[in-house]
Amino acid sequence: MTGTLTTTQMIFGRLTWDSFPWHEPIVVATFCAVVLGGAAVVGALTYFRLWGYLWKEWFTSVDHKKIGIMYMVLGLIMFLRGFADAIMMRLQQAWAFNGSEGYLNAHHYDQVFTAHGVIMIFFVAMPFITGLMNYIVPLQIGARDVSFPFLNNFSFWMTTGGAVLVMCSLFLGEFAQTGWLAYPPLSGIDYSPATGVDYYIWALQVAGVGTTLSGINLIATIVKMRAPGMSLMKMPVFTWTSLCANVLIVASFPILTATLVLLSLDRYVGTNFFTNDFGGNPMMYVNLIWIWGHPEVYILILPLFGVFSEVVSTFCSKRLFGYTSMVYATCTIMVLSYLVWLHHFFTMGSGASVNSFFGITTMIISIPTGAKLFNWLFTMYRGRIRFELPMMWAVAFMLTFTVGGMTGVLLAVPPADFVLHNSLFLIAHFHNVIIGGVLFGLFAAINYWWPKAFGFRLNQFWGKVSFWCWNIGFWLAFGPLYVLGLMGVTRRMRVFDDPSLQIWFIIAAIGAAIIAAGIGAMLIQFAWSIWKRKELAVEGDPWDGRTLEWATSSPPPEYNFAFTPVVHDADSWADMKKHGYQRPLSGFKAIHMPSSTGTGVILAALSTLCGFALIWYIWWLAGLGFIGIVAVAIAHTFNYKRDFYIPVEEVTRTEEERTRILAAGV
Amino acid sequence: MSSATANAPAEPRAYHLPEEPHLHEGHSTMLGFWMYLMSDCLIFAILFATYAVLGGSYAGGPGPKDLFDLNLIALNTAMLLFSSITYGFAMLAMEKNRISATQGWLFVTLLFGGAFLFIELYEFSHLIHEGAGPTRSAFLSSFFTLVGTHGLHVTFGSIWLVTLMVQVAKKGLIPANKRRLMCLSMFWHFLDVIWIGVFTFVYLMGVLR
Repeated sequence: MTGTLTTTQMIFGRLTWDSFPWHEPIVVATFCAVVLGGAAVVGALTYFRLWGYLWKEWFTSVDHKKIGIMYMVLGLIMFLRGFADAIMMRLQQAWAFNGSEGYLNAHHYDQVFTAHGVIMIFFVAMPFITGLMNYIVPLQIGARDVSFPFLNNFSFWMTTGGAVLVMCSLFLGEFAQTGWLAYPPLSGIDYSPATGVDYYIWALQVAGVGTTLSGINLIATIVKMRAPGMSLMKMPVFTWTSLCANVLIVASFPILTATLVLLSLDRYVGTNFFTNDFGGNPMMYVNLIWIWGHPEVYILILPLFGVFSEVVSTFCSKRLFGYTSMVYATCTIMVLSYLVWLHHFFTMGSGASVNSFFGITTMIISIPTGAKLFNWLFTMYRGRIRFELPMMWAVAFMLTFTVGGMTGVLLAVPPADFVLHNSLFLIAHFHNVIIGGVLFGLFAAINYWWPKAFGFRLNQFWGKVSFWCWNIGFWLAFGPLYVLGLMGVTRRMRVFDDPSLQIWFIIAAIGAAIIAAGIGAMLIQFAWSIWKRKELAVEGDPWDGRTLEWATSSPPPEYNFAFTPVVHDADSWADMKKHGYQRPLSGFKAIHMPSSTGTGVILAALSTLCGFALIWYIWWLAGLGFIGIVAVAIAHTFNYKRDFYIPVEEVTRTEEERTRILAAGV
Repeated sequence: MSSATANAPAEPRAYHLPEEPHLHEGHSTMLGFWMYLMSDCLIFAILFATYAVLGGSYAGGPGPKDLFDLNLIALNTAMLLFSSITYGFAMLAMEKNRISATQGWLFVTLLFGGAFLFIELYEFSHLIHEGAGPTRSAFLSSFFTLVGTHGLHVTFGSIWLVTLMVQVAKKGLIPANKRRLMCLSMFWHFLDVIWIGVFTFVYLMGVLR
């Protein structure tokens, strides 16, 4: 940074030809594949003249349903990337024995495990749950859209912008080699001078803005836009858990933002927050990042607890057992999740009393979680259980998650944690809860609500193949890690000396391959079902659902409900069916809706550009990008006309079309 | 179906509203903005906590007693507090739909805000000039970040204020503009509250240390 800058450096910052990883054949091959694939997609979109359609109907749409689907697509794409990283690690660890270095050098391997963690949490799990909440919550509460439809679109594109930055790092410069939380001093400028940590910081900052805003948006939606009659204790459980998850988002993501700002000041300005000298305190970073990080895991799991509640009660055809206790358990978890962060670093040396406090709070959190499990079990007890795919995933979740929860309680005991800290036991534990809880929940949700979103069911055969591959593969992949962790193998190792360990890693790699088959089966399931969508078509309520989202057509019209529903019961749709509810056939009114806008896309693109420029020290571009963001944001506020009315003729036409379909179906 | 009919109450329940319920424009804005403010408050909470942890780490460099000029800070505090009062007057004028009075008070607020920023920048440049810049010690890093983040908020608040003055000039005190002025009002007073914390916690207690 010292000395005179050449003109090229002025223009391109530290971006040079050498920033492309020419010397890494794996990366170059991936790059070629991505370029060819990308060119094919772009070519196809251009050939079929789909750009205008995509821009008008999707990218600029403020419809919560379309935004929800776009979030899910983003999550799926990034899931494939994150899983590719996982397979690479499994292969490397199964390979690098008996003096072999494996096939990944340390520089590459360290990026792979960092990228895997960052992508899976921020760009897979988060988009998936945000997408799910976006799609389902307004429907469940009988609303037409969210409170701030423009912000919703903007949030999605900011999340995408963060994902784009992470993907850039694959081919331009490098990603962080620090592990997914980028602890300093390793992530400081002295030890990580290259672009890796900067990619990490700006990807998370750009996406973090989106996450925080969508949290605020969904809370406001749930608080302000519920259908008449839906008091808080008549909200569907998924809406409740979404509310709690979003409160956690709003109350924890600012902490991440602030912490990363401090880290970037250390890196860009030379301040001394987390440095080893001049009074800096790296341990403070570990505290701060986990004050965000622990609530984050509950942000991920709470909405899925809601999904399981909906699925179990629907497929047992009865009211959820212990609705009230479910709500209180969710709220308790929400509060307690702020009181446990220190259990991530018992070994840092905070002393026996502090460690005991956090150990005990951690164990306490298993009580409301246990209460939830019993509620699901008691719902199943004497229910008429239909083992459709969502219900299968729910049962798999209960078995898998319980094991993961129990190993978590083991780790909550500070003395035990001193032995197991940063071992593969920990890795096995959190994959056990995140895959067994979050992913299985997402699969349940996708199978459950797919007919809602698209009007046809998913194919059962391939769904079952995927289900069994995932379940068997999961235990083969992570069972050995528990064993290895107990034997003392630490995480993030690239090569091993002890040949007796190899067999466990080989088993784990086989497990990962079976999971890969499960993912493949799921992709086939999607493709097959889309292909055969005419045969799999369903009307509004294929599962005999119980909550409001099933009261409208599948897929729902743009305005969700022709008439705003009135709620009398927590299972409002079941209540409506029980009372012989008749769908209104006339008297439709014009419906007030928010208009689409491209501002969200532009703002997010400028933010991403600004982040990119900051990563590469291209100061003029960063400045320009920032001014652009402010200017576009201000210009947007001069647009006062943001809504329109769907004319009554169009509503009538849509509803009469549905009447016709319903009549034909009967 | 027969059991369903048997269970049905005598009075048929209404399951939808015949008329579209009127959600007035901006029905969620205040709540949403409150939540945004609280999330912003958390950012400041982290910065305060950081200052609490690192505020004593001088790394052999100057401490608060050597650096802070309480007279200047008192003047600065007065500027910001006055700006809050004048913003309040602007809101009172807005309630009475008096456009020019509203604009006048907003302009006075802008002047006070500008004065605050000017004095803050003067203080910062003075400190950096003395060799007490943000890189000198962890104490100074956290000081500059906390106070600077507040200053940055006031800067953006001022830009927003100018924007709103233009919008009021163009469209008058329509409900949308009133709502926006209300949001900025909350933002502005929020920054005042934060500053009270900064003044007490950083400056006053710093000199006592």
